[in-house]
Amino acid sequence: MKKFRIAALPFAVYAGIFIVAPIILIFMYSFQGAGGEFTLENFTRFFNFSDPTYLKVLWRSIYLAAISTVICLLLGYPMAYILSKLPNRIRGILSFLFVLPMWMNFLLRTYAWMTLLERTGIINTFLSNLGLPTWDIMYTQGAVILGNVYNFLPFMILPIYNVLIKIDKSVLEASADLGGNGSVTFRKVIFPLSIPGVISGISMTFMPAVTTFVISKLLGGGQNALIGDLIENQFKVTGDWGFGSAMSVILMVLILAAMQIMQRYEDENDGSGGVLL
Amino acid sequence: MKKIFALTLITAMLFSLAGCSSEDVPTLTVYNWGDYIGDGVIEQFEEEFGCKVNYEMFDQNEDMYTKITKAGGEYDVVIPSEYMIERMINEGLLAELNHENIPNMANLSDYVLDRDFDLGNKYSVPYMWGTVGIVYNKTMVNGEITSWNDLWDPQYEGQIFMMNSVRDSMAVALMTLGLDPNTREQADIEAAQAKLIEQKPLVLAYTGDEVKDKMIAGEAAMAVIYSGDAANILMENEDLVYVLPEEGTNLWFDNMCILKDSEQKELAEKFINFMCEKEICEINRDYICYNTPHQEVWDSLDEETLHTYPDADVIEKCFIYKDLGEMAKVYDEMWTKIMVN
Amino acid sequence: MKKKLSPLSIIYSCLIFVFLYAPIAVLIIYSFNASKSRGTWGGFSLKWYAELFSNSDIMSALVTTLTIAVISAAVSVVIGTAAAVGIYYSKRRTKALLTSAANIPMLNADIVTGISLLLLFTFLKIDLGYITILLAHITFNIPYVILSVMPKLRQLDKNAYEAAIDLGATPLRAFFSVIIPEISPGIVTGAILAFTMSIDDFVISFFTTGGGVSTLSIEIYTMAKRGIKPEINALSAIMFLVVMTLLIIVNVRSSNAEKKREQ
Repeated sequence: MKKFRIAALPFAVYAGIFIVAPIILIFMYSFQGAGGEFTLENFTRFFNFSDPTYLKVLWRSIYLAAISTVICLLLGYPMAYILSKLPNRIRGILSFLFVLPMWMNFLLRTYAWMTLLERTGIINTFLSNLGLPTWDIMYTQGAVILGNVYNFLPFMILPIYNVLIKIDKSVLEASADLGGNGSVTFRKVIFPLSIPGVISGISMTFMPAVTTFVISKLLGGGQNALIGDLIENQFKVTGDWGFGSAMSVILMVLILAAMQIMQRYEDENDGSGGVLL
Repeated sequence: MKKIFALTLITAMLFSLAGCSSEDVPTLTVYNWGDYIGDGVIEQFEEEFGCKVNYEMFDQNEDMYTKITKAGGEYDVVIPSEYMIERMINEGLLAELNHENIPNMANLSDYVLDRDFDLGNKYSVPYMWGTVGIVYNKTMVNGEITSWNDLWDPQYEGQIFMMNSVRDSMAVALMTLGLDPNTREQADIEAAQAKLIEQKPLVLAYTGDEVKDKMIAGEAAMAVIYSGDAANILMENEDLVYVLPEEGTNLWFDNMCILKDSEQKELAEKFINFMCEKEICEINRDYICYNTPHQEVWDSLDEETLHTYPDADVIEKCFIYKDLGEMAKVYDEMWTKIMVN
Repeated sequence: MKKKLSPLSIIYSCLIFVFLYAPIAVLIIYSFNASKSRGTWGGFSLKWYAELFSNSDIMSALVTTLTIAVISAAVSVVIGTAAAVGIYYSKRRTKALLTSAANIPMLNADIVTGISLLLLFTFLKIDLGYITILLAHITFNIPYVILSVMPKLRQLDKNAYEAAIDLGATPLRAFFSVIIPEISPGIVTGAILAFTMSIDDFVISFFTTGGGVSTLSIEIYTMAKRGIKPEINALSAIMFLVVMTLLIIVNVRSSNAEKKREQ
């Protein structure tokens, strides 16, 4: 069967050219000045503590992603819990209904919120027709958070749900037999057992939220730029690829570090809820 | 399983065949501003010249420049503004035009030809021109808007759309401060930056083409806008008013150019010539509402349409952008900081 | 054992469903609105659908999207399945090396993958366009195929292959007649995943496109950035219908397969 090893060769070549080399290029560019010389300036420009403009953007990205993740968790956990309690047949249909919007193109989903949230949009037209005060949220950080929550909520619900349905019923019965009431069973048994699902839910929500540039651009109006917008801007508009690459390196390190932390929790379990199909 | 696989391969082959057959006709790639061409013009050109046009849009001159210079992509015809044309000529990015292939240039107005940024129109042929001004919704403001300073009036908090474009927004701030919009002085640029940061709480969003729909819908009280877009939306919502601020404004020209490494130079020249035909200029003028360079079309306009054509005393106060050379980078960085601040 | 759901949890579920579906429902309803403005209902009309289909930009973007999805899925299925088999039988160190290479595009943010490929293509002086989008899609699709095929390889009955060899089959023949059928569910899953990932991608295509080539996602982004366009509502309605039909087919098929297995 050793002969089959050769089958990995095409991939090895492909990965060398299209996966490894590009990453090396990002590192190379990040240490390059305008004239191609070696420099640390791209990084010092970002970590400039006397003018923390760019650091503030990084902080804003992390902050908004964190809030979005927390909201997703608060909304998603009860939903996953309710779903997991349902009889099998209904459960299948309902979980299908949760996956369904997720398969819609996410630009369309974000666009849907544009039409809803504008001052002359559907929600506000409706509110003002009823004589109620309008909700001026478009182009604010609130709109970006809403966009994140809407797009990534299913990513939170599903992994938690996947873990919850696997919890052995006998464990719950044992807890009840030992006199634990509903809330004790939840706190002492169900929640701790569902932690792996929560962790993968958090990483599946936080990662895309912290790196997005589309949601902030469409719903945030340009002034609520995130690190993703900044990188996009360097590559598409100002053409300063060195600085853009440096910020990508920073983003990569940030995500790998976060992954590492998540991984430690996930290793304690079989890592359920990764693939959704 | 086998069936699925075979089916996939067959579809893949079919599609790639379909792809090949269309490669036989010459292809011209045109890179233009968003929403900046009349309906059906491209199709008409394709039909008349038996070719295929790939049409791509950009939002600002800087996008286009970065895409062309850094990220390779094959483009033949581009339509930048004057300062960008100046820069691209200086950097040797543009091909010299063969005027014999563009006889329709004779139909264009002297007003738009032979401008400083490209004397003798060696590299570029006028496409559209116009000014920058303020469009406001008279039901949403108190009195009249007359000055760039009104964009800093605190009563319009969250009611202003600014442009997501470094030169245009910086120029607004520089004009408000009474400084030269083509300044290369660090201190002036910093003052403009501070002015724009001060304005941020009043700004609802920094927009591109979507500003048209937003102003029609009444999303905000006022917006900095190009003259043609203003003319366009004035027809849709009668509460809107367009003004050229008293401090003066920017007069701009968007010209068609051919890139030096274009492999379809002759077809590109045919395209430029086609765009200068009277009928096409009329379609474009009616659709995008900018000021036409075509003398006959210009002469045929009625009083009301001529409203967006600046008269002599306005022109006197107008300025034209110049290439900023090395300072362009400083502008870019200042602008990025304004946006993310 | 089965408890009835409390009214509170029913209400809660309904609210979450409204949150998830209201925006989509609104888009679909407004796709039939004759008036362009969102505030008013101008009567039932199919004109946005007509405009959508006569929009040559959208139609050519659709063709680009589908061909890229099919070709990239097909290529990544071949490379990815071979890779999974190769990796599975490799020595420990090679295995670790190749697996981490496959993990890079899955761990990295799309924007980082996108710009890294942009850097590569410009470094190699490849003009951005159809080919570069295709190569980029193959790049991020292969790992999904590997990921789907690997578990099936682990479940593989090693004796079946040995038996085939003992019966005189060449290794290649044994591979195609014994191993491939065993891992085919993984291959199919990989192909579907790759196809959908390709269709859904925006960020990576956005950075690797050029020369006027655009995918449906890029087209939607360009339109959305230019303001609210009723044609997008029509497009949303159609896409929702397509996605729903496909998902129902896939789900019914897999639950049928499950039932068969249970029997």
